[in-house]
Amino acid sequence: MSQYVQEVGLYVRDQDEALAFYVEKLGFSVHTDVRNGNYRWLTVQHPDQPSLQLGLFKPGPPVHDEATAQTLHAIVAKGAMPPLVLAVNDCRAAYERMHAVGVEFTQEPMSRYGNVDAGFRDPSGNGWKMVEARR
Amino acid sequence: MSAPLIRIPSISVESSSAMSVDSASQDPELLRRLLRAKDRMDAASHEDWPVQRLARVSRLSEAHFARSFKQAFGVPPHRYLLTRRIERATALLRDTERLITEIAFDTGWKSLGTFGRIFRDVTGASPGEIRAQTRPETHELGRVPACFVSAARRPDLTTAVSEKRRRQATAINGSEQKEVA
Repeated sequence: MSQYVQEVGLYVRDQDEALAFYVEKLGFSVHTDVRNGNYRWLTVQHPDQPSLQLGLFKPGPPVHDEATAQTLHAIVAKGAMPPLVLAVNDCRAAYERMHAVGVEFTQEPMSRYGNVDAGFRDPSGNGWKMVEARR
Repeated sequence: MSAPLIRIPSISVESSSAMSVDSASQDPELLRRLLRAKDRMDAASHEDWPVQRLARVSRLSEAHFARSFKQAFGVPPHRYLLTRRIERATALLRDTERLITEIAFDTGWKSLGTFGRIFRDVTGASPGEIRAQTRPETHELGRVPACFVSAARRPDLTTAVSEKRRRQATAINGSEQKEVA
């Protein structure tokens, strides 16, 4: 028997916008995109890590009432969601590539404690740290 | 990587309870733009961030920016900037050998006097005191193998627990003796 994390969800302000960002700018691909009424189960996965799906969910009905959805949208937009970490082989190269396609960086690549890291946000406000994996 | 040990009671706590209710009602699109200004301060807290510069980042009028920022993040923008500068200065005091004057200028202050005064207001101690408090510890511990450092920093539970047990035992024995008597 084995256990692993199959899917982790993010709240996004617009699923089409998020899909375009994660697929076109970060190199993810669509895993599942299923609609049921106004509910849309949308997950992406990274080609190098097919076992994990990243869910891109929009707060709102039928899962959330109006007030809750508004609160969640506000929390995401002011960057208060927990940090996300993307491991890359070469942080500076990834920065150049992503910066060129318009990813909003909050921190340029910086070397500290012998490791290079950078910071960026998705269009909704979710904050990512991009860390060079130790080889 | 350890977070700087810093107390910022006078700055970060203010009116957070009232604000949390209000900020949930702010337009997410506005909050996203305010976040951009906050990110810019985080990325370069040593730079000057007058309200007009921040307002431009968020594409808002100055008055609207200042009001909305405080509503969203609980503190006015300039005060948020001060906390970031103090946080950075504290880390530099602890982790480097640099002169306090250099640290003051590098973290964005124009005068050593202002730096010292605000530093004391925020942390409750002078930069020199903070350096003295935090540095001998890291300095000395740097020479100790890591496993012993963690052991040294571990809460002193063994003593406390055994002490507690002994006290409880004495108390129980005491009461039993009383009952017997």
